[in-house]
Amino acid sequence: MSKGQKLLNWIDARFPLTSMLKEHVIEYYAPKNFNFWYFFGSLALLVLVMQLLTGIFLTMNYMPDATLVPGTKMSVAFASVEYIMRDVSGGWIIRYMHSTGASMFFIVVYLHMFRGLIYGSYKQPRELVWIFGMLIFLCLMAEAFLGYLLPWGQMSFWGAQVIVNLFSSIPVIGPDLSVFIRGDFVVSGATLNRFFALHVIAVPLVLLALVVAHLMALHEVGSNNPDGVEIKQYKDPETHLPLDGIPFHPYYTVKDVLGVAVFLIVFSSIVFFMPEMGGYFLEANNFFPADPLKTPPHIAPVWYFTPFYAILRAVPSFMGTQVWGVLAMGAAVVLIVFLPWLDRSPIKSVRYRGSKFKVMLTLFVIAFVGLGILGALPPTDVRTYVARTLSVIYFAFFIGMPFYTKNDAGKIPVPTRVTESTARGKALFFVLWAVLIAAAVLFAKNI
Amino acid sequence: MKKQIRHLLAALALVLPLVAAAEEGPVLPKAPIDIQDTESLQRGAQIFVNYCLSCHSATAMRYNRLTDIGLTEDQIKKNLMFASDKVGDTMHVTMTAQDAKTWLGNNPPDLSVEARARGADWLYAYLRGFYRDDTRPTGWNNIVFDKVAMPHVLWQWQGEQQLQTVKNGDGAQEQKLVLVKAGTMTKLENGHANTLEFDQRMADLTNYLVFMSEPAQVHRLQIGYGVLMFLALLLLPLAYFLKKEYWRDVH
Repeated sequence: MSKGQKLLNWIDARFPLTSMLKEHVIEYYAPKNFNFWYFFGSLALLVLVMQLLTGIFLTMNYMPDATLVPGTKMSVAFASVEYIMRDVSGGWIIRYMHSTGASMFFIVVYLHMFRGLIYGSYKQPRELVWIFGMLIFLCLMAEAFLGYLLPWGQMSFWGAQVIVNLFSSIPVIGPDLSVFIRGDFVVSGATLNRFFALHVIAVPLVLLALVVAHLMALHEVGSNNPDGVEIKQYKDPETHLPLDGIPFHPYYTVKDVLGVAVFLIVFSSIVFFMPEMGGYFLEANNFFPADPLKTPPHIAPVWYFTPFYAILRAVPSFMGTQVWGVLAMGAAVVLIVFLPWLDRSPIKSVRYRGSKFKVMLTLFVIAFVGLGILGALPPTDVRTYVARTLSVIYFAFFIGMPFYTKNDAGKIPVPTRVTESTARGKALFFVLWAVLIAAAVLFAKNI
Repeated sequence: MKKQIRHLLAALALVLPLVAAAEEGPVLPKAPIDIQDTESLQRGAQIFVNYCLSCHSATAMRYNRLTDIGLTEDQIKKNLMFASDKVGDTMHVTMTAQDAKTWLGNNPPDLSVEARARGADWLYAYLRGFYRDDTRPTGWNNIVFDKVAMPHVLWQWQGEQQLQTVKNGDGAQEQKLVLVKAGTMTKLENGHANTLEFDQRMADLTNYLVFMSEPAQVHRLQIGYGVLMFLALLLLPLAYFLKKEYWRDVH
């Protein structure tokens, strides 16, 4: 027996190392027909690790202090970010990785969630995988919001002011609740300190625990796939291994490395060549130090919140209160959690679904992207009208789902074994992406 | 009082987006800057420490960071340091905030990251956008920053401009800056203004302000090319062929 084997035996007698590796990696059987959409789970994990590591190094140099540097209108917090950008060795790379990582996190998570939507990954028996995933998404939104206050620029300050004020519109407890969140009557140094604490330890801790739960739940039930086939139902009678499954390692580890390589090329292009991403990843206004006495003319959240922000703005006030917009925004997120029970079709994958679902899905994508664009722009009468229409479509997708999925004749019977994606399917994939991007650009330029 | 503040802020949050729509300004001409042009950056740095740094600090910027634009510490000490004698110092002003308020009515903003907040095009338009306005206490106003507190510091270079209403090509009325009195860097011949020299100086200054707002940016691009080369030429093909090799037996 080699020395390495001896050491492994010694560990295995005390800790389930080999059995864990087998269960989750080496003998975790995943469907062999994963496509483009299945890269984003592992990429989300990569970005999470990157955010944690860069975050640790930023914490070493960042100071959550809202007092002003003597003789300037710049806070110590704002100045410490510039200190990281200039005087800390490699500080600017770490900071840009973190700021770009925040936006990329949302890009991969939105694509990951969309994958679940089109292939019915939320459906029985994966309801808990979906719910844990949605909780991760909520944590991620909280994490992004909290972290955005830390540079203590104008957008940090006023963005936090607007969002915390949303809570004050809740009847009865609202005003006290918003004071409780801020720790002050306006956003102040007290708010900065608590947001820092929540951002660097409280939320990441919950996030990590949820990621573990998400993965454990997934490995318990097994991965879904573009055909919606349950690979565990068709096993080799002799080996008892899924006929359509391949071990996660080495097959998907090497495939995910390829995904990582492509992702890193995109990521580095942003970090090194356009870290502000035209003002969408780092907003120009946030390079003005926070000034509680000077409200910026246009307060827009970072791009990943804009679909929900657009819904908030689209809802008119009613009975003298603005709380309806806040409720609608909350509902827009919470409704996604209930997808497993809203969807009553027995078919999982969009490949075999009926036309009603496909039409609604297309409308939903249009609504989500459209709202995202509108939320980033200052409102006009036309834009508000369009945002209202799109909000109605957004909610119709969820609320109408039990009805339009109930008797939606699809391609029955659904195959029992996984299939290769067809040339037609691949062509459709590129055509739809091209149409979506072209339409989004045209819409953004002309609305 | 607290309740009033809360209501005011809530109201502001709702009204602000409406105000914003009205503030979408005209498209500014592109600033002719090049962050790789060290000579332009050095000229800009010279203007900055001579004219801007008397009132505007740049507390995030250290003097010795100017070595990034091709200057030696000796050159910096001899030519560019008036407010400090330590080359590792940041660019402070000796004027106190209190004095600034009394003398100028406002505390001049720190310019460390001004270019990132305003954008190069805005700065270039601002620096060339001062015009005579007798209704202002300083006698100056600015076309991109209405009622600006800052007087036209470089008026001897630029001369005097006036805001005149002229007809443009389509016959519509348009507000335009017109040079009415030449400075040392502008010429006025038969009503034709030649502002090339002044414009170039302001481009240099804008260039410098852009550099100062992120001194790492020149270096950033260089490292970026290296990183992309590594990823695209080494990691990507390696990962691609590794995947292909392992997946040969999956049918």
